[in-house]
Amino acid sequence: MLIGLGTLLLLLVVVLLYKVSTMIGVAKNKSEGPDSRSNNINGILMLVFLIVFSGAIVYSAYVYYDDYVIPVASQHGVTTDDMFWVTMWVTGFAFVVTHVLLFYYAFRYRYRKNNKATFYPDNSKLEVIWTIVPAVVLTLLVLYGLNVWTDITSQAPEESEVVEIMGMQFAWKTRYPGNDNQLGNYDYKKIDAANMFGMDLTDKNSFDDFTPREIHLPKGKPVLFNIRARDVLHSVYVPAFRLKMDAVPGMPTKFWFIPTKSTAEMREETGNPDFNYELACAEICGDGHFTMRMVIVVDEPADYEKWKKEQQTWLSKNPEYISSIPEELREVALISSGINTEAAKVSEASL
Amino acid sequence: MDTADLHIVEDHSTEAHDDHHEQGFVEKYIFSQDHKTIAKQFLISGILWAVIGGLLSVFFRLQLGFPNMSMEWLRPLLGGWISANGQLDPGFYLAMVTMHGTIMVFFVLTAGLSGTFSNFLIPLQIGARDMASGFMNMLSYWFFFLSSVIMFTSFFISTGPASGGWVIYPPLSALPQAMSGSGLGMTLWLIAMALFIVSTLLGGINYVATVINLRTDGMSFTKLPLTIWAFFLTAIIGILSFPVLLSAALLLILDRSFGTSFYLSEIYIGGEALPNLGGSPILFQHLFWFLGHPEVYIVLLPSLGITSEIISTNSRKPIFGYKAMIGSMIGIGFLSFIVWAHHMFVTGMNPFLGSIFMLLTLIIAIPSAIKVFNYIATLWQGNIVFTPAMLFSIGLVSFFISGGLTGLFMGNSALDIQLHDTYFIVAHFHLVMGSAAFFGMLAGVYHWFPKMFGRMMDAKLGYIHFWLSFIGIYLIFFPMHYIGIAGFPRRYYSFTNFDAFSSFTDLNAFISVAAIATFTAQFIFLFNFFYSMFRGKKASSNPWKSNTLEWTTPINPGHGNWPGEIPKVYRWPYDYSKPGAPDDFIPQTVPLSETPESNLPHENELINMESKADDDAIVINTDDKE
Repeated sequence: MLIGLGTLLLLLVVVLLYKVSTMIGVAKNKSEGPDSRSNNINGILMLVFLIVFSGAIVYSAYVYYDDYVIPVASQHGVTTDDMFWVTMWVTGFAFVVTHVLLFYYAFRYRYRKNNKATFYPDNSKLEVIWTIVPAVVLTLLVLYGLNVWTDITSQAPEESEVVEIMGMQFAWKTRYPGNDNQLGNYDYKKIDAANMFGMDLTDKNSFDDFTPREIHLPKGKPVLFNIRARDVLHSVYVPAFRLKMDAVPGMPTKFWFIPTKSTAEMREETGNPDFNYELACAEICGDGHFTMRMVIVVDEPADYEKWKKEQQTWLSKNPEYISSIPEELREVALISSGINTEAAKVSEASL
Repeated sequence: MDTADLHIVEDHSTEAHDDHHEQGFVEKYIFSQDHKTIAKQFLISGILWAVIGGLLSVFFRLQLGFPNMSMEWLRPLLGGWISANGQLDPGFYLAMVTMHGTIMVFFVLTAGLSGTFSNFLIPLQIGARDMASGFMNMLSYWFFFLSSVIMFTSFFISTGPASGGWVIYPPLSALPQAMSGSGLGMTLWLIAMALFIVSTLLGGINYVATVINLRTDGMSFTKLPLTIWAFFLTAIIGILSFPVLLSAALLLILDRSFGTSFYLSEIYIGGEALPNLGGSPILFQHLFWFLGHPEVYIVLLPSLGITSEIISTNSRKPIFGYKAMIGSMIGIGFLSFIVWAHHMFVTGMNPFLGSIFMLLTLIIAIPSAIKVFNYIATLWQGNIVFTPAMLFSIGLVSFFISGGLTGLFMGNSALDIQLHDTYFIVAHFHLVMGSAAFFGMLAGVYHWFPKMFGRMMDAKLGYIHFWLSFIGIYLIFFPMHYIGIAGFPRRYYSFTNFDAFSSFTDLNAFISVAAIATFTAQFIFLFNFFYSMFRGKKASSNPWKSNTLEWTTPINPGHGNWPGEIPKVYRWPYDYSKPGAPDDFIPQTVPLSETPESNLPHENELINMESKADDDAIVINTDDKE
């Protein structure tokens, strides 16, 4: 209703303005040929636009600098940031040159009554030059990019800390391999309200896995994210690590990197005592897409090891699942999950 | 071959002429087979869709710019999609984003752009009575119309329209449990798109057949206006890529409704494990982007063709590097098929594949760069007439540069890791394909309006419209780069959940204000368009002093376009400001033998061949009559 009224009002204003302008036009009785006054105005506006536009870009780039240059806390992130700014300078140069020429020519060569344009249909030499120059520049950029890309996507080092991240509507879940450094198998058909990962308890590697509420990572050590999704596509995205990788149901993905700054160091660097690394979702996954947040804590290596030791295994928090462990593995399960004998007895009794 | 074609054309034209006076209203304006009427149908449908698509963006920009604002006042329009406390429903936010993308990419910039200008200009500029098949052409529009009706209907169902993003990635789009828009809304989306693809194919096959077969005497491919080259290549790209989208959609329909597992595997949703195993969501992305990337050029090439024509005409200069322009369009067309996976660098695809696609992607920047340089060289030492069409064309070049350059960031797989699915990509494609193609479309409307409706649009309103839109679009999309570099993800209903995305509230509000202002400015165009259609100044026969064939038709060309014989073509379309010529333009229909004063040396040699060709043509015609 309101929109309709607004539109109507707007239309009315436009109609009125238009009527007035045409009447003036009729009164002036314009001659044939392009209207040189309008033409001059538009030509000058081209130049004005160029100047104001440049000014606005410089101003905004300066004012918002601290907002758009965000802290970086991973080894490869520093490399990609460097490449980003190299690309920015290269494209920035092309941007300035082409725009200056575009708007300046538009202004400079605006219609004049007795002027005649130069008949200049082609020039092979020019064409070759401006094919080869971008080609060379692009080749360099491609080689640079390929180099960085190959490094980032290379095989994770053997000693990497393995962390599983699983996306679901609308939360991230994480699982650590525990003492044996082996994540247990999973089967999506075993998922239920407590066993969110679908952990396969016939695999003894899963007994000591733990599933904390926050992700902790050691500073300065390679970390391998094993990424999966259990319902729709999600995308693991940590802006500060320059890290993004889709989580795909049915197809596990991975991303490895080295965090370089602990959370404490970042708090100092950003001057924000509440700073936290945040894991966000970057692939539309439903109504709650914008709420998929998880905190990541980067610890000094010693603190990280300490934290790891303090974690209780998933099995010890969910002893009722002992019943689904094959008879012959229960003993192993009780030991590696760190469940004390009493808890084990309770669950035995409940069988 | 030529003789046979001529027979067909002439026969058709006589028939058409006989029909002409008996046409009723329905035949003339609704189920018309005349390419000009069909073009106008596409144009007006496209404009209506653009208003809807634009309005959606205003709504979701309000949410992004002013997240705490009460949307209560939208309740009369959106009803239940406004929550009890006056907030926009997050699901409907995604639905609006999805529909905005779908509408703008397909219904406005594919159907509205190609449908309008390929239909209108191909027969007029190559010298044909009509399309190769008028009936197929009519079907093309009505399939599009049906598709439009179904897509529009999906706004009014209780579960809302499709909402999984315009790329409709499964499993989100495949599972009604995943979001409400993936229910009936998605079904309607798929049906509408299937019909849309049929429409595009019917149109595309027609355009290609017409350009190949129905060119008038003398109109060799090397004398075709760049518009026609662009439409021709666009149609070929469409014919090759849209069927792949259809197959992707069909498999999705099978997954949704018939229990297959093409895209689904190991899914636990809504408290149950689905039986689907072995499918791959990535397969869909490959199929989708095999269309999706060429689609970018389906949207862009016609605009580049239109502006090539307009920039040359209004610079009063030949387009610089005609052959390089054609070469780069062919290059872009070819490369557009082998770069699709640059949309998928972070999907977990094999990194080696990522390297290959990065290499191919950055190669496509070369022909694009050539085009830009050629445009600028065309302006150099011109005598530039700033018609509204010319202004919009210059605006297009600017957007094409600004958006194209950020492509070098996105196409670099290592940089894409951070920039993927942030506002950086939103800024990138809105400039390079959205706004650029949109400006090409507007330029085309301003330029060929006199031919479409026999009247002129008001130039002053055109100027105002241009400057408001040009500045407005930069105010919307330039700041988005900053937001993108800061890592803000797209398709977020709100950023308040994250500390990392807590900055830029002022800039987001600014962008929203700019978007609303720019949208409002389009009403100047709407008024100008509809008012001028009936009340505009009467057009002269060649208002822009242009060389191409359409300006040799009567001011209001009837069915069959030329009342008498179709004119012959003797020269390329860009003889502007030729040294020695009395005027600063020489239409394509003027024989070289009539312009000895301005002929280039090699053209004088062609004069003999020209007269020979004329003789041949006369012989054919006499044969015909006997």
